[in-house]
Order: sequence, then structure tokens, then C-alpha cells
Amino acid sequence: MFESKTGVFFVAGLGFFAFAFLSNAIVPVLMYRHLPEKTVEELVNANYRYQVEDLAQRFPESFTKYLGEPPTDPQAAQDWYNEKAAELLRVGHKSYTGEGCWHCHSQFVRPVSNEELRWGPVARSEEYQNELQRPVLFGTRRVGPDLSREGGRRSSDWHAVHFFQPTALSEGSPMPSYPWFFDGSPERPNLRGLGIIAYVQWLGSWLESYPEYESYEESPLLEVELNPAPENTDDNAAE
Amino acid sequence: MSEDTVNSDASPREPLVDERIVYWYFLTAVGYLFISLMGGFLMAFQLIRHNPLQGIELLSPGRWRMLHTNAIAYGFIANGFLGMLHWTVPRLTLHPVLNRKLSWFIYAAWQVVVVGTAIGLIFGEAQPLEWGETPVWIDPLAQLGLLLVAINFMAPITQTKGPLYVSLWYFIAAFVWTFLTYAMGNFVPEYFVSGTSAGAVGGLFIHDLVGLFVTPLGWGMMYYFVPILLKKPIWSHGLSLVGFWGLAFFYPLQGIHHFLYTPIPMFLQYGAIISTIAVELVVTTVVINFIGTIWGSGRAVVTNIPIRWFYTGMVYYFLTCFQCALQVTLTFQALIHFTDWVVGHAHLVMFGVFSMWQLGMMTYLIPRLLKTEWYSRKLCEAHYWLSAGGMLVMAGDLILGGLFQGWSWAALQPWDASVEVSQPFWITRVFAGIAILAGQIAFAWNIYKTWQLSKASAEAVA
Repeated sequence: MFESKTGVFFVAGLGFFAFAFLSNAIVPVLMYRHLPEKTVEELVNANYRYQVEDLAQRFPESFTKYLGEPPTDPQAAQDWYNEKAAELLRVGHKSYTGEGCWHCHSQFVRPVSNEELRWGPVARSEEYQNELQRPVLFGTRRVGPDLSREGGRRSSDWHAVHFFQPTALSEGSPMPSYPWFFDGSPERPNLRGLGIIAYVQWLGSWLESYPEYESYEESPLLEVELNPAPENTDDNAAE
Repeated sequence: MSEDTVNSDASPREPLVDERIVYWYFLTAVGYLFISLMGGFLMAFQLIRHNPLQGIELLSPGRWRMLHTNAIAYGFIANGFLGMLHWTVPRLTLHPVLNRKLSWFIYAAWQVVVVGTAIGLIFGEAQPLEWGETPVWIDPLAQLGLLLVAINFMAPITQTKGPLYVSLWYFIAAFVWTFLTYAMGNFVPEYFVSGTSAGAVGGLFIHDLVGLFVTPLGWGMMYYFVPILLKKPIWSHGLSLVGFWGLAFFYPLQGIHHFLYTPIPMFLQYGAIISTIAVELVVTTVVINFIGTIWGSGRAVVTNIPIRWFYTGMVYYFLTCFQCALQVTLTFQALIHFTDWVVGHAHLVMFGVFSMWQLGMMTYLIPRLLKTEWYSRKLCEAHYWLSAGGMLVMAGDLILGGLFQGWSWAALQPWDASVEVSQPFWITRVFAGIAILAGQIAFAWNIYKTWQLSKASAEAVA
């Protein structure tokens, strides 16, 4: 068996692969079968709806150009905003995956390394049971910060300028600029621009703690940096 | 020698090995290697905040970063391996591949897959799974291509009788695993499961792509070429058996170790950690077997450049596996997950081990394919030293930088501090990358000049 075609093909090739797939993939799938997958429409919540209406007010020109005008009837307007909120989420998610945002930003908070203090509640399974997490956007690298609790922390204006030119707001940021999300200036996001801002504002909007602000105590190391010992000052002067 | 006999005594028959396709696979592979390097440089310059091409949509570093990894896996490594298989499988089985036209069809189809993937990525059609970014419309074609590859090479293998040589165990397993792995990663998490379960499947995919596609083809290649180059058999057949079956059993069980501390159930995380540590023990037996093989002919590392590539790659393999046994523990994970430590690890595996083995294999085969000695041994030496040295600096630099990033985050310093602390490491990485690029330019130039020489000598004969 160990050196024969059939042994290698069936036991090592098919058998061991199937065993691994059963134990490592089918088991978690079965364990989470009680958590139904939400559609994008079901993901639109009050916090996020507020952000979409806010986008409509901040960027009226772009919003009307790319998404149209809400109906005058208040009930119809409600439905219209919900529909547009879902559409923006889909557009934003497409840019988030297509631009490779997820290669530099994670979407999960671990229970270690003081991450709860920096970002908020540790990630839970039910947060990921939705259409926009297929495939899941946990991420494997953080050049920039985790984004799973980013929504609501900063205004949509801030995000518009930041996507247009990150270094304008966060000096020394290695993030690329995304001028193709705009019609020439940060005041005029195009559909992709509106979508990506809406998507980022949605992240974490399902939590009670939305918006979750960075609430950590400053590290004593930082104080040392801010009040350097005298010999450091000499070094600086010598430079 | 053997191929000459085959050629002369059976002139109406086709030769055993189609050398032309081997050569074309290698040239194509080297072409993609340069594209991959370009993607790496765009991202590297972006990180040190000196990207001259900032703000151009089709040159976005985020998109090219995906091209970087996909071009190395599906462009360079897959094409290199296909060329290698066309050389080794007919020789090991003494039967040609199923159909030569099919071989060329696969060659063309695979280039459509790789170029299609590249175009899709550049136009922002990626899917969010590492190495599974391949746009949806490419997936079925790639799947068909992998099936045809398996059929084309399994045909000669099934015609052999009795126990198989070690390389063929690895190749057979790789044909099955690559097909299944690609299907699992490109269809299951996209269409069938979401969230945490998709994370488990995604982890399995990115792990198996290295472990069940690249690794078995790589080791099968080593078991074929090392004894030929050293002109002696593998040291221990028993250890070869332990190595293959240990890898086959433990390697597929580890995918979840890419997502430790996620909401994936803890007992599955522990299982992945334990099987990862188990496979490091298996790896050690394989490495001992190859050290046993070269024992007594160690000077070959100095005189024989392909052997030097192979054994340097193997030392890097041991280092990277040892690193893996450490980083897979929850203690290390808390610090190094999400940092450049992992990026360093990935470069050490994909370039330091498997690309270097392939470059060694090409260094050995290209003069045989062109029937001409290398134009310049000095360029071969430069290619080796720039690649091996550049890789060592890059991996060491990124692994060390990752520790600083991890400490900066755990200490709750402002996020910018972790970016600033990374700058010296990212700048060093650019220079290591330039060394690697210079090595590959030396290689490409050497191939070009050797080809010119081969053309001249062919004309002289005519």
C-alpha cells in the first residue's frame, strides 16, 4: 500500500484530504448551522441608516447624481433609503475586496495583546454570519488598524478626505490614495466613493457600543518619549 | 544518454520527453517571476512612502499586491513545476505523457488562467481570499486545467508496474490534492459557507495550497534530481516513507492555525496546533534523509551550483518549518499574528524554498534543453548569491520587524508608532528586493546569451 499507485491515490490523496476536510471544515460548518446567513438587506440597521442619510446631506450633489432623489412620501422615502443603504453596502464591499483593503486591514478583535482596549469587544461568530463575509474578511495582516469597529468613529467627511489623500489627515500614513473614488475632489465622491465610506461606517454598527472610541490609557512609554531624559535632548541638539 | 538511445532506436516514434514544452514552461515562468517582483516593489515603495506611481488606478499597490502573490504561485511556481513534470514523469515511468497536443493545450489554457487572473485583479475583480483572489469566471477554467494536467501525467504513471519511486508518490498525491484544494478554496467559501466556517475553509485553502500543491511537487522534484546530481541513491528508503506518509497525514489538518484566536472553536485550533508541531518532526526526518544522502560528497555544494540551490533551499525549509513550530503556539501568536513576522515567513517559504529549488532545477536543465553550456558561470554564481543572500536579509529583516510591530501594538502605543518603527525594516526590505531582482536579471540575461550560443552552434552543425 505504502508504495503503490492505489495506496497513494486513494489513501493519501483522497482519504487523508477527506479526513482533514471533515474534521477541519465540516465540523465548524455544522457547529454554526443554527446561525443563519443574513442578507445585505437584513444588515441595514438604524446606526447605519443614520450614516447613509448623513452621507446624503454631506454630499447632496454626488448622492443625487449616483443614487437619485428620495420619494416625497415619508413611508416610501424610508423604503428608498433602506434600499440605497443596501446598495451602497454592496458597492463598498466590492471595492473593499477588489482594492485589496483586507490585505492591510483586519476585521477581527482578538482576546489578547490588549486589543479589547484598543478596539472594543472581542469578535464573536454571529457577527460574521452574513453575505458580506463570504469569504470571511478576518484578514491576516495589519499594516493599518483593525476596521471591525471603525464605523462611527470618524465623520464621513474625514473618510472622504482620507481616501482621497491619506497623508492629508494622518501624517506618515503608508496607505495609498484612492482618487478614483472621487470626481476630482474629496467633496465629490462617486458611487464607489460613497459605497466605500458607507461600508466603513457600517463596520461595527451592529454593536451596542457603536461608535466605539479608542479608550485606552496612554502607555507610560509614550510619556518617556514626550519628556525625554536630558542626554536625549543633547543628542537631538547635536543633530 | 538514455534519451539518445530512445531517440536513435525508435526514430519513427516521438522522443520520450518533449523538451520544447519544458523549455517554454521555464521561459514563461521566468517572465511571471518578473511581474511578481514588480508587484512586490510597488507595495514595498508604497510602504516606505515613496511610490512614484501613486494615484494611478490600474497601478494601485493594493491590487498589485495580489498580483504579486498570484503571479508567484500560479505564474512562476506552477509553470516551473509543469515544465519539471514534463521532464521527470516520462523519465521515471519510461512512457510519454498521454497526448502531446493535450500538453500544449494545457500550456495555453494555463497561461489564459494566469493572464486572466492578472487582468481581473488589476481591474478590481478580486475575491477576498488569499491565493483565491482569482475572479469567479476564471475558476472553472482553472479547475478544468488542473483535471487535464492530472489525466495527462497519470496516464504514463498508470502504465508502470510494481512499487513506485518516491517522486511519483509525491506527484500522484499532488495531482489529487491540487485539484481538490483549488475546488475547496475557490468554490466553498464563495458560494456555500460564510463567516467563521468560511474562515476555517479559507485557512485550510491557503495552507493546503502551499502544503498540498507546492510542497509535494517540490519534494518529488528534490527526490528526483538530488540523487541524479550526486550520482548516488537516497540515504534511507524508510525515512522517505516516513516523510511522505507523515506529510500526507498531518499537513492537511493544519489550516485553522492561520486563524488562531478567532471565533473558530478552540478545540479545532488546538488540533491544528498539535498537527503543525507533529509535521515539523516529520520535516526533520526528511531533512536528515537528505543530509544523509549528501554525507561524504559535501564538496558538491561548492562545485555544483544546482546542488547548492537545492541544499540552500532545504536549509531555508528547515528554518521556516522550525519558525512555524514556534509561531503556531498561542504564546507566539498573541505577539506576532498580523505582523511582518508572518510576511517574512511567507517569503522564506515561497521564494527561499520553492522558488530557489526551481531556479536550481532550471540552472541544471536549461543547458541540457539548449544543448549548450551556460554562457557564463559567473552569472550563475551571481544569480545564486544575490537570490540566496537577498532572501536571507529580507526574511530576517521582516521577521525581526514583526516583533517590533507586535510589541508596539501590545504596549498600546498610538497606531502611527507601529508604522514608524517599521520604516527601517521596510527600507531594508526594498534593498533586499533589489538584490533579488538583480539576481533574476542576471539569470534572464544568461538564458538569453546561452540561447544565442545554442542557435549559433545549431547553425554551425547545419
